[in-house]
Amino acid sequence: MSELSVEPGIDRKIDTSHMKVTDEVAIQISQMNKWYGSFHVLRDIDMTVYRGERIVVCGPSGSGKSTLIRCINRLEEHQSGQIIVDGTELTSDLKNIDKVRSEVGMVFQHFNLFPHLTILENCTLAPIWVRKIPKKEADEIAMHFLEKVKIPEQALKYPGQLSGGQQQRVAIARSLCMKPRIMLFDEPTSALDPEMIKEVLDTMVQLAEEGMTMICVTHEMGFAQAVANRVVFMDQGQIVEQNEPREFFRNPRSDRTKLFLSQILGH
Amino acid sequence: MAITDSGAPRESFRLSMLLYDTRYRSYTIQIFVLMLLMLGAAWLIDNTIRNLAALGKDFSFAFLWNIAGYDISQRPIEYDSTMTHGRAAVVGLLNTLILAIMACVLATVIGVIAGVLRLSNNWMVARLMTVYVEVFRNIPTLLWILVFGAIMTEAMPAPSAFRGDDPTASMVFFDSVAITNRGVYVPAPEFSRGLGHISVLGVQPSLNAFAFILIVIGSIWANKRLIAHATRVQNATGIRPKTWWKSILILVGPAALLLWALGFYLTYPELRGFNFQGGIHMRNSLIAMWLGLGIYTGAFIAENVRSGILAVSKGQTEAAFALGMQPGKTMRLVILPQAMRVVIPPLISQYLNITKNTSLGLAVGYMDLRSTLGGITINQTGRELEGMMLMMLIYLLISLTISGAMNVYNSRMKLKER
Amino acid sequence: MSDTHARTVAYVRDTMLPEQTPPVTERGAVKWMRENLFNGWLSTVLTILSLLVVAWLVAEMGPWLMRSIWNAGSLTECRRIWAEAGVPPGACWGVINDRLNQLLFGFYPPHLYWRPVLALVLLLVALAPILFPSVPRKLIWFSAIYPFVAYFLLWGGTIWLPVSAALGFVVGGAALILLRPLGTLPAVAAAILAPIIWWVVAAGAFTAAMNGILPIGHEFVRSDRFGGFLISLVIGVTGISLSLPLGILLALGRQSDMVLIKSVCVIFIEFIRGVPLITLLFTASLLLNYFLPPGTSFDLVLRVIIMVTLFAAAYMAEVIRGGLAALPRGQYEAADALGLDYWKAQRLIIMPQALKIAIPGIVNTFIGLFKDTTLVVFIGLLDPIGLSNAIRASSDWQGIYWELFIFIGAVFFIFCFGMSRYSMYLERRLRTDHR
Repeated sequence: MSELSVEPGIDRKIDTSHMKVTDEVAIQISQMNKWYGSFHVLRDIDMTVYRGERIVVCGPSGSGKSTLIRCINRLEEHQSGQIIVDGTELTSDLKNIDKVRSEVGMVFQHFNLFPHLTILENCTLAPIWVRKIPKKEADEIAMHFLEKVKIPEQALKYPGQLSGGQQQRVAIARSLCMKPRIMLFDEPTSALDPEMIKEVLDTMVQLAEEGMTMICVTHEMGFAQAVANRVVFMDQGQIVEQNEPREFFRNPRSDRTKLFLSQILGH
Repeated sequence: MAITDSGAPRESFRLSMLLYDTRYRSYTIQIFVLMLLMLGAAWLIDNTIRNLAALGKDFSFAFLWNIAGYDISQRPIEYDSTMTHGRAAVVGLLNTLILAIMACVLATVIGVIAGVLRLSNNWMVARLMTVYVEVFRNIPTLLWILVFGAIMTEAMPAPSAFRGDDPTASMVFFDSVAITNRGVYVPAPEFSRGLGHISVLGVQPSLNAFAFILIVIGSIWANKRLIAHATRVQNATGIRPKTWWKSILILVGPAALLLWALGFYLTYPELRGFNFQGGIHMRNSLIAMWLGLGIYTGAFIAENVRSGILAVSKGQTEAAFALGMQPGKTMRLVILPQAMRVVIPPLISQYLNITKNTSLGLAVGYMDLRSTLGGITINQTGRELEGMMLMMLIYLLISLTISGAMNVYNSRMKLKER
Repeated sequence: MSDTHARTVAYVRDTMLPEQTPPVTERGAVKWMRENLFNGWLSTVLTILSLLVVAWLVAEMGPWLMRSIWNAGSLTECRRIWAEAGVPPGACWGVINDRLNQLLFGFYPPHLYWRPVLALVLLLVALAPILFPSVPRKLIWFSAIYPFVAYFLLWGGTIWLPVSAALGFVVGGAALILLRPLGTLPAVAAAILAPIIWWVVAAGAFTAAMNGILPIGHEFVRSDRFGGFLISLVIGVTGISLSLPLGILLALGRQSDMVLIKSVCVIFIEFIRGVPLITLLFTASLLLNYFLPPGTSFDLVLRVIIMVTLFAAAYMAEVIRGGLAALPRGQYEAADALGLDYWKAQRLIIMPQALKIAIPGIVNTFIGLFKDTTLVVFIGLLDPIGLSNAIRASSDWQGIYWELFIFIGAVFFIFCFGMSRYSMYLERRLRTDHR
C-alpha cells in the first residue's frame, strides 16, 4: 500500500498534555435520518463522541457532513433517530434546544459576524442577553478571548474593517465567550485566502491543546493528522469509514475512501 | 556652475493643447458648455419677455393679495371666498401636507404588515399578499384614486338611508362613525375647559393642540430616559428591568391627564335633516386620495420591506441561534438593525412619491396645493408663469427637505468598511 | 501526535445504504398543509382569515360577473334586461363593447385604423431583436428605421418629412466618420452640429422640394384625434426609448470630474425629481409657449413626449448611477490601463456591466413611466382615463364605473406585469452568462 503523503501543515510542536479523551459521552447520535423533502440526506447515522475527542469529518461535497454537524445544534432538524448532547435530547422542545445551544459553539464557513456591531459587541452580545452577565464582566471575558485569538487591538473596529482571517478568529472568540463544552467547525478555512488559513488553524490547534471537544468539517488534512484523534469519512449521507488519522491516511480500507483521498491528497 | 535646470523640459503652449492636453481639455469643454448654456438662457428669457409684453402682462406676484372668490370645501383653517389667493394657496398647502402625512402612515402600516406576511411560511397568506402587491403595483395611481372615489360616491349609502325606524345603513364603531356617499363623519374633539386660541399670521392655532404636542414630546423624552436607565442597570447587573408597562404609563398617562384636565369630550355626528351635523366631515375626495395613495404605495413599501429583510443573510440568524439567542432577541438585536439600513432609504423615497402624488387631487376634487394655486388661482388671474413657478418652488422645497433628511440618515447609519 | 483512545474503534462500512422514502407524516399533502398552513396558532388564524377574505371576494364578484351582459347600448338597457329576468344587477360589459374603438384609438378616423394597428405590429417586430437575442441580428436595421416608419404610419402626411429627419442622422454619422482622423472631440462636435444645421436649415426645403417632384404620402391625422391606448402607447414607447440614452448621458455627466457639467446635471436631476410630473406637464402645455419665440407653437403631443422623456431620464439617471456605483473600481482602472479613451471604456466595459446591474431599476422606471402616461388627462389629452370620464358623463352610460375601470386596469396590468416578468427573465439570462 503506497503511502499517501500528508503535508504537516502545522509546523510547531504540539503540546499534548491536555489532549485526553475521557470516558464521558458528549454526543450520542443513534440511527439518525434526515430528509430534505424527498432527498435522503443523512442515512442511519450512528456516532458517539466522547469528551475530549477531536474529530475531523471529511468527504466529497454533498455527502451531508455539514448537515450532520448542523443537526447537532438544531440548525437543521432530523426526522428520525436520536441526538443526545450533554445528556439533553434534541427534540422540538425549545427549552432543550436553548440548553444545547448554550453548551455548543459553532464557527461558520462565512464567519457570520454581525456587521453593525463592533468586534467587542459581537463577542458580548450573547453573554449579556442570554447569560445575563453584567456588561463590565462580559467585556472582560471578551477581551480575554480576543487576546487568546491574538487580536485584542481590533476590539473597537467593525467586522468590515478586518481581513478574512481576522474575522474568523473573532468568530471563534465570539463562540468561546459563551464557554461552550463542545465546538463545531463548519469548513472554517474554506472561504479564506491561503495566507490566512494558517492563523485560523493555529487558533484551532490551540483550542485542541486545551482539551476542547471539537468536531471539524474540513479539507485541511494536515490539521487532521496533527490534532485529530479520529477521522470520519462520509459519502452519500452515511459514515463510510472512520479511524485514527495515521491508520486512516495510510491504510484506507474502503474504495470510496481511497478514491477521495487520492483526489485531495494526490496533487 | 549652478545647475538651474528644474527638471523635465517644459513645452511651450500651443493652441491645439486646448483640445488634447488633459490639463486644458476639461476647461475648454466646460467653457464651451457654459457659453452654450448662457446663450440658451438668454434666448429663453428674451422670448419670455417678448411674449409677456405681447400679451400685455407683467411679471409680478401681486395677485397673491387679490381676493380669491372661490370656496374650498375641505379646509383645516378658516377660509372663505372673500380671502386672498395667498391664503387659498396656504389652505392648499396645508391640505397637501395633511393628506401626505395621513397617506404615509397608512402606507407604512400596510406595507410593513404586507411585506412581513409575504415572507411568512403560511402559503395562503404569502400568496394573497403577492396578489395584493402585484395588482396594485401594475395599475396606475390615478386609476386607483378614481376607483376609491367611485366606491365612496356610488356605493356608499346616502345620509337619508340612516334615518327612520328601520334604516338600511348604520353607523360603525359604536355609532360614532358614519360612512356615507357624501363623506365620512367622525367624532370631533372638544374641550370644555380649553385654553383657547392664539392668532398668528391670520391663522388660529389652538393652544390645546400646542399643550398636547408639548406633553407628548415630554413623554417621549421621559421614555427615552427610562430606557437608558434600564440599559444602565443591565450593564451593571446583567438583569434588565421590565420596562414595557412603565413605558405605556409614561407615554399614555400624562397625555390622558392633560385631556382630562382640559375637559376633553367628543361631539358625535348626528343625522339632522338631510345631513349629518357635528363631528368632523372628511369629504370623499380626502378619503379617496388617502385610501388610493396609501394602499397603492403600501404595495411598494411591502416590496422594500421584503427585500430589506431578505438582504440580511441567513447566516446572521444562524450565528445568533448558534450562540443561544432566542428568535425574539435575534430579530430585535441582529436582524432588524441591519434590515432597517436597507429599508429606510427607499421608504423615504416612497414618502417623497406620496407627497408628489397628492397633486393628483384634482381628479377627485381634493383641493391640494396644485388645485388651488396651480389650478383655480392661475385660471382666474391668468398668472400662469408666476403661479407655476411658485408652486414648483414649494414642491421643490418639500422634496429637498425630505431627501436631505434621508441623506443625513444614510451618512449616519453607514456600515463602516475598510 | 494525537492521543489514541481504546474506544475509537476503527470502522468500515461494507454495503452502502439505499435511499429511503421519508416517513408518512413527513411527506405528501398532509405534511405540506401542516407546515405551510397550520404551523402554529398564529399561522392557523392567518389561514382562516385569508380563506374568509377570498371567500368574501368570490361571493361578491362571482355572481356579479355571472350576470354579465355583453350586448347592450346603454346602462338603462342593461338594467332593463336584468329587471326583466328578475335578477339583481350584474356586470354590464356593453360599455366596453360599445366604446372599444374609442378606448383603443380615441378619435382616430375609423377608416384609417389599419395604420395604428400596423404600427403596433411593426413595433413588436422592431422590439424583437432588442429584447430577445435569439432573433437574427439583421433585424436591428429595421429597429433603427422603425421610429420614422411609425411616425409616417400614425400621423401621415408626406413621406419626405420622416425621410429628411432620418437623413439628419445619416449626415451626423457621415460627419463622425469623416472627421474621425482629426480626433474624437472635433468629430463628436461635428456629429452633433451637422444634423442640427441640417434639420434647422435644409430639412424644410428638402421636404418641400422632394414633395414637389415626387409627392408620396397619405392622409394626415392631427394629434388631437389621438386618444385612448393609442396615445398611452405612443407617449410611453417614445418616452421609454428616448429616456434610456438620455439617462445614461445624465448619469455620466453627474459622475463627471468637470465641475460645471456635474453641477448642471445635478441641478437638472434634483429639480425634475423634486416636482410632481403634473407640474411639468402643465409647463409643457401652458408655459412652453412663453419660452419659445413669439408665434411658434408645436404639437401638444410632441411637447408632452419631450417633458415625459426628460422626467423619465432624470429618474433613469439615478438608477444608472446606482449601477455605476456598484461596479468595482478595478473595472475603471483596468479600462484605463488598456489605453481605452473615455468613450470607448464606457461603451465597451463600464456601461454594459452597470446596465446589467441596474436592470430591475431600469424596468421599474419604464413601468412607472407607462403608468404615468395616464396623467395627460390633466392637460386635456384623452387617454383611457380621460375617455372613461367622458364615457361616464355621457347620457347612455351615466353611473357605470366598475366595468370601465376593470378593463383599463386589466390592460395596464398586462403591459406592466409583462414588463416586470421580462425583467426577471432578462436578469436570469444575464446571470447565467456571467458564470
